[in-house]
Amino acid sequence: MSANLENLLRHPGIWRTQRGGESPHNTLSTGFAELDRALPAGGWPLGALTEILFQGMGAGELRLVMPALARLSREGRWIAWIAPPHIPYAPALAAWGVDLSRLLLVRTRSENDALWAAEQALRSGSCGAMLIWPASVDDRSLRRLQLAAESGECWGLLFRTAHVPQRSPAAVRLKLEPLPQGALVQILKCRGRAPSAALTVDLEMSSLPLTAHECERPATSS
Amino acid sequence: MLWLAIHLPDFPLEVVSRGGVSGGPRAVTDGRGVRQRLLICSDEAAALGLRAGMGLQAAYALVPELQILPRNESLEAKALANLAAWAGQFTSLVSIEPGKGLLMEVAGSLELFGGLDELRGEVRQGLVRLGYSACLALAPTPLGAWYLAVCGTEQQVTDARTLSDRLAPLPLACLGLPDSDMGALQGMGLHCVGDLVRQPRDALARRFGQQLLDRLDKALGRLPDPRRPYRPPPRYEGRAALPAEVLDMEALLFPLHRLLLELAGYLIAVDGGIQRLRLGFVHADRAPTHVMLGLSAPSRDLPHLLELTRQRLENIVLPAPVEQVELLAEQVMLLVPQEQDLFSRGKRIGEDWQRLADRLSARLGADALRGLRLVPDHRPERAWSYANPGERSQGGFTANRPLWLLAEPRLLDMHHGHPCFGSVLQLRHGPERVESGWWDGNDVVRDYYVAENRQGERLWVFREQRAKSGWFLHGIFA
Repeated sequence: MSANLENLLRHPGIWRTQRGGESPHNTLSTGFAELDRALPAGGWPLGALTEILFQGMGAGELRLVMPALARLSREGRWIAWIAPPHIPYAPALAAWGVDLSRLLLVRTRSENDALWAAEQALRSGSCGAMLIWPASVDDRSLRRLQLAAESGECWGLLFRTAHVPQRSPAAVRLKLEPLPQGALVQILKCRGRAPSAALTVDLEMSSLPLTAHECERPATSS
Repeated sequence: MLWLAIHLPDFPLEVVSRGGVSGGPRAVTDGRGVRQRLLICSDEAAALGLRAGMGLQAAYALVPELQILPRNESLEAKALANLAAWAGQFTSLVSIEPGKGLLMEVAGSLELFGGLDELRGEVRQGLVRLGYSACLALAPTPLGAWYLAVCGTEQQVTDARTLSDRLAPLPLACLGLPDSDMGALQGMGLHCVGDLVRQPRDALARRFGQQLLDRLDKALGRLPDPRRPYRPPPRYEGRAALPAEVLDMEALLFPLHRLLLELAGYLIAVDGGIQRLRLGFVHADRAPTHVMLGLSAPSRDLPHLLELTRQRLENIVLPAPVEQVELLAEQVMLLVPQEQDLFSRGKRIGEDWQRLADRLSARLGADALRGLRLVPDHRPERAWSYANPGERSQGGFTANRPLWLLAEPRLLDMHHGHPCFGSVLQLRHGPERVESGWWDGNDVVRDYYVAENRQGERLWVFREQRAKSGWFLHGIFA
């Protein structure tokens, strides 16, 4: 393949279904084998937005992203939490293997400030992931966030209620429903692959290959 | 040796007006009362027929809307010193010509800046951005360059052998002699430097003193003319006066930009960075407003400083219009050069992180950014605390803790003796007894359970056994 084409295809806006050896560069394993299999390139897309829709107080949406956040934090990248609705509980985060010293909680006074801070974090290049819980966000702001995620190679996570319009520039869009053991994950949208049937993901920490015991080891650079 | 002379013909006017965005017919005056005369006129004023030396009455008669700004010589002296400090980024030898301009020895800097034209271009562009118009001239001697610049001829004399020929046609006024001497020289029929050089030296020395001869000899390179390099002070303090009072933030960013440019040049000159910056807004009839700006690491990066300033100002409401803007950097820190190759990725993340932290705290306030740490305490709400971002903590962790903790435990409704949240809760795991804190008066005796409601939400609830008995929601397994 010519170098030009190769360069072109490296654009974060372009997703290739068959990426061979270079896939780990732009994707991050979710830590859940069944979910990795359902996502193109085998994991969360870095440098793009992921939208997770759910209802109520919680449906396992944080546990679903915890293995990937833990990995990013141990690689030294910052995890920015923009105006979280509750207190991220340090003992639980530590149990999931998150390096607490890489967490940045940002308090904001308004939704505007929160979106602004989200964009700064996405764009900065220092954050591996940015988490935000927007109450309402228009298409234009979403596109801005998507562009910022691309330029900062940051994984932008939007947690939203299930009743939001269908259109979104996010690379991945999931809907979550709680189950006794974990969650029912429905992939509503996914760049590079047609939406597939819903799958069950076991969110119990004990069933994971990548859990707390691993954070005692020095972080390995990959 | 190659000297670049910077002559600032409009300096007294620019010093008192360079903070303003808009122009207009204005003039700086010298003298007092009836002897007050226009010293320098703005372009707009000159276009309306005003000239230096005009009396105030005549000027007003011609241009009634003329804005008169009294000369401020102490501000001029400070501004010139700051300009010399700024010029230190181009060469280590900058010398001040009091009240008029600067002399810079640039022979050693040509290679660094890619040649004479490039260096001159950068100096000139920099001066324009600071709000100064200048005449630049080059010569192998400082006085030679100075005389050329004062005459407004932007000549470049790089060959010492041609220097006397190039200086010869300059009018005698460039020598800056006392009026009485000038009169006498003109009376002798002498008009240019060449005329003076051709006179018998003894006669000149007898009549005008050895000093005049020495000046000529220094200008022509026959006598050494060592210059004392200007040593910048250990801190930067800059001012930009506004010709008219301003309350609009965008209009205030304009002078701040100029001061930040000056600061950045100074920091390059002293090879330092700043971590704290004080912005001052001087009002006419009340104490100045001061705004502090903090950075997470020393920096001299102009775009970064400018952006932080802009962000910081967005949250400020000024109590009154501003007539002067000040910038103070008290502590200049050493910028440690960083390792380039080995840890370049980690280093880049570190730099980007500092920028992000600065940017966020400039707009949201420094206390808006927090980290988390573990605290060794059995009570769940005390097993953690906020921390500075990046702070490390040690501690074990307990399994089966929720990722969300509520800021305050929420009392649950009861239904036939069962706790409810959305629906009656099913207790899945527990109880886990937490009994602690008797030593600090905040003792708790609680039984914690993992519970589920009909919606499938998994909740962390406890039953308080002691003080306020009842069921409480404390966390969410999100």
